[in-house]
Amino acid sequence: MLDYETLKLVWWVLVGALLIGFAITDGMDMGVGTLLPFVGKTDVERRIAINTVGPHWDGNQVWFITAGGAIFAAWPAVYAAAFSGFYMAMLLVLFALFFRPVGFDYRSKIADPTWRKAWDWGLFAGGTIPALIFGVAFGNLLQGVPFRLDELLRAHYQGSLLTALLPLLNPFALLAGVVSLAMLTVHGGTWLQLRADGAVAARARTFVVALAPVVTIAFALAGVWLWLGIDGYRIVAEPSHGALPNPLAKEVVRAPGAWLDVYARMPIAVLVPALGLVGPLATALLARAARPGLAFVTSALGMVGIIGTAGISMFPFVMPSSLDPRSSLTVWDAASSHLTLTVMFWAVVIFLPIVLGYTVWCYAQMWGRVTAAEIETRAHSAY
Amino acid sequence: MIDPTFVELSRWQFAATALYHFLFVPLTLGISWLLVIMETVYVMTGKEIYKDMTKFWGKLFGINFALGVTTGLTMEFEFGTNWSYYSHYVGDVFGAPLAIEGLMAFFLESTFIGLFFLGWDKLSKRKHLAVTFFTALGSNLSALWILIANGWMQNPIGSVFSPETMRMEMTSFAEVFLNPVAQVKFVHTVAAGYVTASVFVMAISSWYILKGRDLAFARRSFAVAVGFGLAASLSVIVLGDESGYELGDVQKVKLAAIEAEWKTEAAPASFTLLGFPDQEARETTAAIKLPWALGLIATRSLDRPVIGLDDLEKKHEERIRSGQIAYGALQKIRAGDKSPETRATFDAHARDIGFGLLLKQFVEDPTKAGEAEIKAAAASTIPTVWPLFWSFRIMVALGFLMLFTFAAGFWLNATKRLEQNRWFLRLAVAILPAPWLACEFGWFVAEFGRQPWAIGEVLPTFLATSSLTVGDLIFSLAGFLTFYTLLLIIEVYLMVKFARLGPSSLGTGRYHFERGALAAPAE
Repeated sequence: MLDYETLKLVWWVLVGALLIGFAITDGMDMGVGTLLPFVGKTDVERRIAINTVGPHWDGNQVWFITAGGAIFAAWPAVYAAAFSGFYMAMLLVLFALFFRPVGFDYRSKIADPTWRKAWDWGLFAGGTIPALIFGVAFGNLLQGVPFRLDELLRAHYQGSLLTALLPLLNPFALLAGVVSLAMLTVHGGTWLQLRADGAVAARARTFVVALAPVVTIAFALAGVWLWLGIDGYRIVAEPSHGALPNPLAKEVVRAPGAWLDVYARMPIAVLVPALGLVGPLATALLARAARPGLAFVTSALGMVGIIGTAGISMFPFVMPSSLDPRSSLTVWDAASSHLTLTVMFWAVVIFLPIVLGYTVWCYAQMWGRVTAAEIETRAHSAY
Repeated sequence: MIDPTFVELSRWQFAATALYHFLFVPLTLGISWLLVIMETVYVMTGKEIYKDMTKFWGKLFGINFALGVTTGLTMEFEFGTNWSYYSHYVGDVFGAPLAIEGLMAFFLESTFIGLFFLGWDKLSKRKHLAVTFFTALGSNLSALWILIANGWMQNPIGSVFSPETMRMEMTSFAEVFLNPVAQVKFVHTVAAGYVTASVFVMAISSWYILKGRDLAFARRSFAVAVGFGLAASLSVIVLGDESGYELGDVQKVKLAAIEAEWKTEAAPASFTLLGFPDQEARETTAAIKLPWALGLIATRSLDRPVIGLDDLEKKHEERIRSGQIAYGALQKIRAGDKSPETRATFDAHARDIGFGLLLKQFVEDPTKAGEAEIKAAAASTIPTVWPLFWSFRIMVALGFLMLFTFAAGFWLNATKRLEQNRWFLRLAVAILPAPWLACEFGWFVAEFGRQPWAIGEVLPTFLATSSLTVGDLIFSLAGFLTFYTLLLIIEVYLMVKFARLGPSSLGTGRYHFERGALAAPAE
């Protein structure tokens, strides 16, 4: 059995892995949703785009759901404070995601063009709004979230409705939102280039080549801003990492540049943001060279770099508090009990490889470009 | 103190989103197995009509499933968004089954379901059958894990309150997993899902038979549904989850409220068939009672009593007093008191800490509560009886109605007299809403009967909320209701459209609307 401190660290890696898994799989079909109105001019073209992800989007979305469940089980304090603290943002994400299951399944059940166009925009919203807000959420985590914990560890926040939502949409957070949206759109674009046919793939290629450099530029800008303009958080006194979790037992200060501490302490960590900068550029070049398979891989690696950068820069913080820095939640003091982390660790060790195995099998069974001829012959059953 | 209006709105939102979600879940649980049965027959016999049946009922399944996914998304995050203190307080125990549900069940169901719909031309017969099977298995496993989570809310075993971390922590995963309340609930709930799907297929097939359309298709669908439904409705009734109601105080309160048993009767207690529960007078007027029945059903014995509400309330008052002591010791421990005496006091009263927290609806500090508050808190542990009493009876009556319909349908079909008995076919169409009503009433009984607790005996509902505002909740509740209702209207529209079209919607060229109304039924 792993000791408590090690398990807490392992769970930080596992939650990160689930979020990255979500970005690589579900991010792909959300990106397809964002591109849908632009890569498909005719109904058949749009159906081609939709059917490249049709059999898989639902399984992909489970990465999002499982990441939510895993945060609940492994970091209950984070699950409690984050989703209620970002209440309005979370509602926007949910309402946008509502369009997807019905959009995919209902769109082609009725031939009326208005009906189909309406669902196309639904799929666009369901891909675009969450992609943007996930980035905005990370942008706010990096700046600290206005919450505090009382003596019973109940979380309290500032504002409600618009007074809670609008401060989240600050310039730095919006820049982070641009990084996230552009990165998922590029990722979806590489998939369309790989799996769609004809004009759809060609248009997707144009978008990837144009948007991938935007990811790198926005990510670099956000890095500079984080270095020069955003105060990070630093723990100055804390109980041992293996102690029973109690967020209020530590002392935290805000300090300029504190989010870059890790790169001074461990210079090799610079490779992570470097991957985030290079990945999208390689994607642009490979897409241009008509190598969409490799472009998909480098796009995925770029996302590992970008999400990884946010994770390691904040480590061990998960959700810093701008209102009361002591209330900040970290890997060490937001975790579940030793037993729960152990049980959940084994659940992941057993089930994640099985999940990956049958997911690959399902993609393999459905492999091949989706063509206009295929859509026309399967008009009654295809999405 | 937490605003009661805000607590009410939080409860309304959870109830609305959960009850909406459960409009779509039971059909999924059951129809996925009906599809496995139909497709197995297709693979074994090679008869195309069974492939058409799998595809057509699968199409209706898909229309339903889409909203199951939509409304299910909300549920995964709603504990965090709206029940934040709950999430902190019990996430260590409650979060685990939810996460495992994702890993073990949702992935399985959702990864394969796309291939069920879109893989017919790409997969071999056997591979496609395997896909259908794994979809059904995934759906049913998700019911297992969510009911383990829910069972723990009703009967929270395998865990202990930790004053250091100020939350419930798991002490035994096996106990949480094997919670008898959860196991009984799982069997009852999935069987209810099988009944729902069987009624669905039976009712629509009966309608085709009444219309004289696609008879070969309808007869075969009817036979599969009625056989599966008969077995399932027997299990739902025999394995009703009353058998789990002996465990834990909350379940005892629920049982006594369902039966409107105000005072403890000498064992074996009689069962109140009908009557009018009067909360103020604490008696049931015009009661029709069956001697012995309740004692037998609830305790499976002749000598153990079913405790009445008055006695339960008295017992709760004791536990509230004990909880006050526990809360006082907890405050000292949280303030840094490490003395063994304080710890011993806490440990002696720790199991009543939740009862102490009940006082927080009246006073900020439970140790300072007076007699009046203690009495009021004890009274708050007894739910309003009449909604539970009636909901339960409606559920049971609907259950027996469905059992009767399946039994009659099975017999008429076996003796080849189905099509002459048009009264029966009309009845089979008419009971279409029954399983959904029964499911919703059943959940109402289970969850309204749990009040005032979010987690039985552990965490009161009013404390479990997030620190949001009434404005936030009005906005979100209106948003959910608007979205869900619009989507439900679209769903029902599509469902009716495709049910009316029948197998002609598959585009095979073999069915009613594709061949002219007078064509002979397809074989």
